[in-house]
Amino acid sequence: MFSFERGTFLGEVWIARFSLMNAMATTVELSFYIIVSGTLLGALLGVVLVYAAWPFRLLVRVYVDVMRGIPVLVLIFFWFFGLAFFKIHVSAFWSGVMAIGAFCAAHMAETVRGAIQSIPQGQTEAAKAIGMTFVPRLWYVILPQAARRVVPPWVNTAVEMVKATTLLSIIGVVELLLATQQAVARNYMIIEFYLAAAFCFFVINFTLSQIGAYLERRFAYMRY
Amino acid sequence: MPAPLLRAIDIHKSYDQTEVLKGIDLEVYQGQVVALIGSSGSGKTTFLRCVNLLEEYQQGEIDLDGQPIGYRMANGRRQRLSERAVSAQRARIGFVFQSFNLFPHMTAEQNVMLGLTKVRGMASGEARERARSWLDRVGLSQRRDHYPYQLSGGQQQRVAIARAVAMEPRLVLFDEVTSALDPELVAEVLGVMQDLAKSGMTMIVVSHEMLFVRDVADRVVFMDGGRIVQEGPPAQVFKNPESERLRAFLGRFHGLFGA
Ligand SMILES: Nc1ncnc2c1ncn2[C@@H]1O[C@H](COP(=O)(O)OP(=O)(O)OP(=O)(O)O)[C@@H](O)[C@H]1O
Ligand SMILES: [Mg+2]
Repeated sequence: MFSFERGTFLGEVWIARFSLMNAMATTVELSFYIIVSGTLLGALLGVVLVYAAWPFRLLVRVYVDVMRGIPVLVLIFFWFFGLAFFKIHVSAFWSGVMAIGAFCAAHMAETVRGAIQSIPQGQTEAAKAIGMTFVPRLWYVILPQAARRVVPPWVNTAVEMVKATTLLSIIGVVELLLATQQAVARNYMIIEFYLAAAFCFFVINFTLSQIGAYLERRFAYMRY
Repeated sequence: MPAPLLRAIDIHKSYDQTEVLKGIDLEVYQGQVVALIGSSGSGKTTFLRCVNLLEEYQQGEIDLDGQPIGYRMANGRRQRLSERAVSAQRARIGFVFQSFNLFPHMTAEQNVMLGLTKVRGMASGEARERARSWLDRVGLSQRRDHYPYQLSGGQQQRVAIARAVAMEPRLVLFDEVTSALDPELVAEVLGVMQDLAKSGMTMIVVSHEMLFVRDVADRVVFMDGGRIVQEGPPAQVFKNPESERLRAFLGRFHGLFGA
């Protein structure tokens, strides 16, 4: 049953183990950088969308709508070939992070904007009434409440980003999908290897939704 | 007579084209409790919000301790002060809202402490001590670690009052603070306000609780259609309403003020 011989599933996985593990690590790293940078930039842009003077709001609004309106794959080509065209040398890995990170930030910005705007005006007024200025008001009163509302859509976006990393196989980033393709090209175990890859993505995304569930429990005291 | 603590001079405020305040003049002296009454839409809330600089107004001046707040004159033009300056002035005026507006992610004690640490710059130990003593004072020493959702409306409103007065404001504004409460919870909040009034706090109170107004206010101000129509000591205003509007308004409080 559990045979590690050549030609069996486990045997082929064993042969490809370093390549697959590296690829898994690459997928996790890509996802990490994309989600972290997308979240931070998105939070900033979300705050701008709500509070900034209109020229800044307009600028960010255009950015967000353009990013969300373009297929991610086009963004990826744009960064990868675009940077190369301008003789800017950035690896496929990092141009992928920038492309998907920029896309992620646009989605997060919308999420954060919605979360901030769903907080009752009375919260801002109560903070003003005790004399708080804008930054502390945002930091201590508004963002902690927005954070709770952001969690569920944040998990959704993060999961989408993990899946979007597979597109980077097209520009040659050896992430999980490309490594799987390479292994399959050698051993023809198409069903088994793609199932295994799917399972790995599931594990990553399941972890993300568990983090989300944990955060939601953490914030559960913030009821109205 | 000493100078008034608060003086509003000819305040005009419009939303778009409709003028909501049509020239409000009001003086409040240190230690006074001024009750603001009037029917719905007469501009009571709007006036309080102007005083606390939550709302901008187009004309007039508000002085606190003899100093104009909210605006300054520059080259003959009226200019809104910076966010920082306005915030510092707001810290000297407390506001208690009809809907409490407690911070839901903080305990009662943290709600009271926030302004002390982040605005007054107090160390957290000292702020906690002061928060606790105010929560004691409003009868909530047992509830200081509760989150707002764990408190009744009356308790939440008492926390909100503690949050406002802990800042040691010169003046506290109360906007129908018992209107959102179940009838049986009204008394506990009014009790706290009466206690504050006795201790010499200067207060402007918008309220439909006429018994409270009669017993606690030094002065009653009746507003109608964005103007002050009559003001004076409660006994006088309630006994001798000079306008039909005030008579009609008081008439709603079934015989509370005699025939
Ligand atoms: N944000 C706003 N935009 C436009 N009009 C407003 C706004 N807020 C208040 N008004 C109008 O201003 C007028 C005065 O309202 P205000 O809330 O000050 O009355 P009030 O005396 O406090 O009434 P109530 O007893 O119902 O609380 C009303 O006609 C109201 O419709
Ligand atoms: Mg009102």
